[in-house]
This record gives sequence, structure tokens and C-alpha cells, in this order.
Amino acid sequence: MTMTEERASTGKTVRRLNRPDPGARSRGGQRFLLVGLVLASMYSLFPVWWLIVASTKDRTGLYQSNGLWFSGGWHLWDNLRQLFTYNDGIFLRWTANSLLYAGVGSLGGTLLALATGYGLARFQFPGRNLVFACVVGSFLIPIALLTLPLYLLFSEIGLVDTPWAMLIPCLINPFSVYLAKVYTEATIPYELLEAARIDGAGELRIFFSIVLRMMTTGGATVFLLAFVNTWNAFFLPLTVLRGEENWTLNLGLYNWSGKRLESGVDLTSLVLTGALLSIVPMAIMMVAMRRYWRTGVTLGALK
Amino acid sequence: MIRSQRWKGAAFTVPFQLGFVFLYLLPIGYAVYQSLYHEQQSGLGLGGATEKFVGLDNYKEGLTDSAFMGSVLRVVLFACVQIPVMLLISLVLALLLDAVTSKVAGRFRILLLVPYMIPGVVAALVWINLYSPDVGPLTPLGEFFGFHWNFFSPSMVWPSIGNLLTWHGIGYNMVIIYSALQGVPRELFEAARLDGASEWRIARSIKVPFVRGALVLTGMLSIIQMLQIFNEPALFRNITPQTVDDSFTPIMIIYNQAFNAGNYHYAATLSVLLALILGVGSFLFYRLTSREVD
Repeated sequence: MTMTEERASTGKTVRRLNRPDPGARSRGGQRFLLVGLVLASMYSLFPVWWLIVASTKDRTGLYQSNGLWFSGGWHLWDNLRQLFTYNDGIFLRWTANSLLYAGVGSLGGTLLALATGYGLARFQFPGRNLVFACVVGSFLIPIALLTLPLYLLFSEIGLVDTPWAMLIPCLINPFSVYLAKVYTEATIPYELLEAARIDGAGELRIFFSIVLRMMTTGGATVFLLAFVNTWNAFFLPLTVLRGEENWTLNLGLYNWSGKRLESGVDLTSLVLTGALLSIVPMAIMMVAMRRYWRTGVTLGALK
Repeated sequence: MIRSQRWKGAAFTVPFQLGFVFLYLLPIGYAVYQSLYHEQQSGLGLGGATEKFVGLDNYKEGLTDSAFMGSVLRVVLFACVQIPVMLLISLVLALLLDAVTSKVAGRFRILLLVPYMIPGVVAALVWINLYSPDVGPLTPLGEFFGFHWNFFSPSMVWPSIGNLLTWHGIGYNMVIIYSALQGVPRELFEAARLDGASEWRIARSIKVPFVRGALVLTGMLSIIQMLQIFNEPALFRNITPQTVDDSFTPIMIIYNQAFNAGNYHYAATLSVLLALILGVGSFLFYRLTSREVD
């Protein structure tokens, strides 16, 4: 009895490790599958490849050469210099703004979400279900319904066209709260909290020195998703930021891309180099936090 | 739990609650309030505007506004094509990944996820330039094969946006489906193989049914969410304002009403209407699917 059980369990581990068994498949079949995957990868990667190639070309090269290969010399440094000096270096300003909004906004939002998620998951208080219902219900609210009146309210109190108009909305993120609640339920046992209380620790102390420390993984995931969200935001900044000195990268690139029809200035080369650069922070974040990101991706699907 | 402890617990949620009231409830209330009023120019328009209560008149106007309802219909139709195509490709890729060795699968998974790492606005900008007849490689490529396609023409602009969204979304959806496929008990495959089933048959009769429920669910929800599409059409409008007019999608109409026509009351009405359509759609969908499960 014990023997069979043991064999069954080892069998399962082995199967999980080299799953699926390649022996069950013919060579030709595998090759066929690989062709499909290679084609799909080419489709996924060629726009990025094209973008990299395009950022190394000057204007003539961009307009007159085959887009998928380098030609006409290496102009990446010229393009970068142009990008950073155009309009008194406004591109750097936009980059700093995007980093500020996404970084500070997500950090504050994550802290708030962790506190809220912890409160919802580990305390029974009147109105708790109502708060959670609001959190989940807000997933369905279209962004236009919130953003337009928010613009009017912000303009009443003089916040429109200031960094606060971007930062304040980032602090309140219901999806982060939802994730934080799920993570708290999974990582913070009641017994631990009881033990800390018996030892005489106050609730704030418990939160800051025990709960937050145990929630590093969950917190990092919440932060990552919020950062990506804010970095990618378009409708909110378009609505609440008017002057270009407060714009985000997305907004600036959008504006440059429309310049050609609006005023006849062709900034295509700057747009492409800028687009390539604006991917970099995102790629760094995602690669550096790959571990957290995977759990986040699968949890995000639950939404 | 001790009473004082409960209140301390509640205190952890208070900052969020205050923010929620200010950033969610207050704006929604304000939008609903505004949707019941109408701005009226007095006399010759010299005395400034006054607000007049009009009840549900704005809603009547919105429901019979052919531009608005047309845009809702157009976006839903688009979503009914784009979302299933995208999910189908993602499903095929997930099945391919599931059928190769895990080492190979790991490598391709990273490659296929690259588009997902690119911000949506940047992805749209890149594709707009790929489509561009001046700098993009797709127009000369088409001509090489004898096609004279114009990606910004009225009949091509939706397929162009659809391709862009599909490109951006397949990697992410593939990962989700792939991780669901990992949950299929492997013993089932061996049993099927012993019974002489081909790999194709196993994929079709065991793997696909296993993820079908989840796929239908995400698909329907994505179709409803597509009502909010704004970024991609707005970026296309930047390039071809003749093809992508300012009433292309519901949110574009709302934005235009608020910031170009200066008609906040009507913009508020339309955003409440859009929220209602989304809410009713999701509700009906949940009723339908939960009945199916029973």
C-alpha cells in the first residue's frame, strides 16, 4: 500500500518535470510545431526589430531604404542628440514626469492598498462588505465616467494642469486593493497577529513591522502592475494635463506624431527614437521583477 | 474580536475610503447631476449661460443620437470579430507551447510576450508607422506581391486597428491559456495515447474543452470592455482625421462633446449611458453564464 502510493507520487513529480514526454511525438510533428512557433515569434518581434532599425537611420534613410535592414550609416547617436535637445529637451522633462507619476503615484497607491487590503482581510468591522463591494463594483465603471467630472472638480480646486492631477488619482486604485486583500489572505495567518497582540504590539506596529515585511512579494506585484498601468495611461493625462511641461511620455509622443498634419513639421524620426526609449524603463522593470510579474499576470486574469 | 480592535482595523481602510468618495463617488454623482441639466444661453448670449433642469431629456437625446448609438454598435461589431480571432490565435499558440518540451516552451514564451511589454500607445505609434506609405515596410511589401493596400482607408482602418490589438494581446492571453492547460491531468493524455488517439485528437478533445469555459468568459468580458476603446483610434485620428472622424468610438464622442463642443452636460449624459450599457451588458452576461453552469 505504502509502496504503490510512493510510486504514484514519484511518478507524478517526474512527469511534471519533463512534461510532456517527447518520446510520444514524432520528429516531424515536433518540427511542424516549431515552425508554427517561429512564425508567431517573427510576427511578435518584427515591429520591435523595425523600430530598432528605424532609430538608427536619418531622415533620408527612413524614407528611402528598406525598413527591415540597416542602411545609410549609423545615426542613432544623432537621433538621440536631436531627441534630447529638441524644444529645450522637453523629452527629458516628459520622461521625468512619467517616472514621477508612475513611481511616486504607484508607491503611495501600493502602501494605501496594502493597508486597505489588510484591514479588509483581517478585521471584522461594520461596513466591511460594503467597502469590498465598492472595490469590485468600480472595475465596471468606464474611465470616461470618472475622468470628465474629475476634470471639472479638479479645475474647481485649481489642480488641473499640475502634477497632483495625475498623482492623486494614482493613490486610489481599487484593483490594487483587491490584489492586496487576496495576498493578505494567503500570507498573513490570524495566529501570528494574535501572538503579536499578546506580546503587546500595537496595531500600527504590527502592520509596519510584521505585515508589510511579510507582504514584500505581494506588495512588489501590486506596485509593478500599478507602475505599468500609470506609465501606459493616456486618457487621464490627456484630460487633466494641458501644458506640455507637465505631460507624460505617451502624451508627448502623441502630440509629436500629430505635428505633421497640424503644422507640417515632420517629427517621425524623433517619435520613433522616443518610442524606442520609452520601452526601456518598462522592459527593465519587467525583467527585474519577472518573478513577481508572473504571479501578477495570472492573478490579473482573475479580475 | 475585541471591539476597539475592530475599529482599529477599520481605520486601516479609512484613507482609501475617503479617497474613494472623492475620486469615485463624488465624480459619478456630479456626472449624474450634470446629466439632468442643460445649459441655456440667455437672450442674445450676452447675459451668460444659465443652467436649467431638464429631467431625462438629455438621456432621450442620447438614446436617439444616431452618431452615439452608431459608434456603440460599430465598436461592438468590431470586438465580436477581433476578440475571437485574437483568442483563437492565443489558444493555438498555447496548444503549440503545451506540445513542445518545456525548455523550448520557456524560450518561445518570452519571445511571444515581448509585445505585451510595450506600452499600448507606443505599440499603436509603431504600427501606425509600419502601416505608413511613406516610412513603413508593409506598403512596399504588398506591392511586391501585387497588392496596393492602403491601411488608412475607410474599409481598412478597423482591420488595421484589429491587427494592432491582436499583436499586442496574443502573448498575454497565450500565457493565461497556457497556464490553464498545465492544470490538465497528464494521465489523461497517456490514457488517450494508449487508446490510439493522435496528438491532434488529444488537443481537440481534451485540452480545448478544458479551457473553453474560461475562454468564453474572458472573450465576452473583453467584448464588453471594448466599448471603452479610445487610445488607438485617437492615435489613428492624428494621422488620418478624414477616415477616423471625431465620432468614431463612444469615448471619442464623449471627449469631443466635453472639450471641443464644450457641452459638459451632454458629455456627462453619454458617459452615464455608456456606464449603464456596460453594466447591463455585464449583468446579462453573468446571468447567462451562471445559468449555463447550473
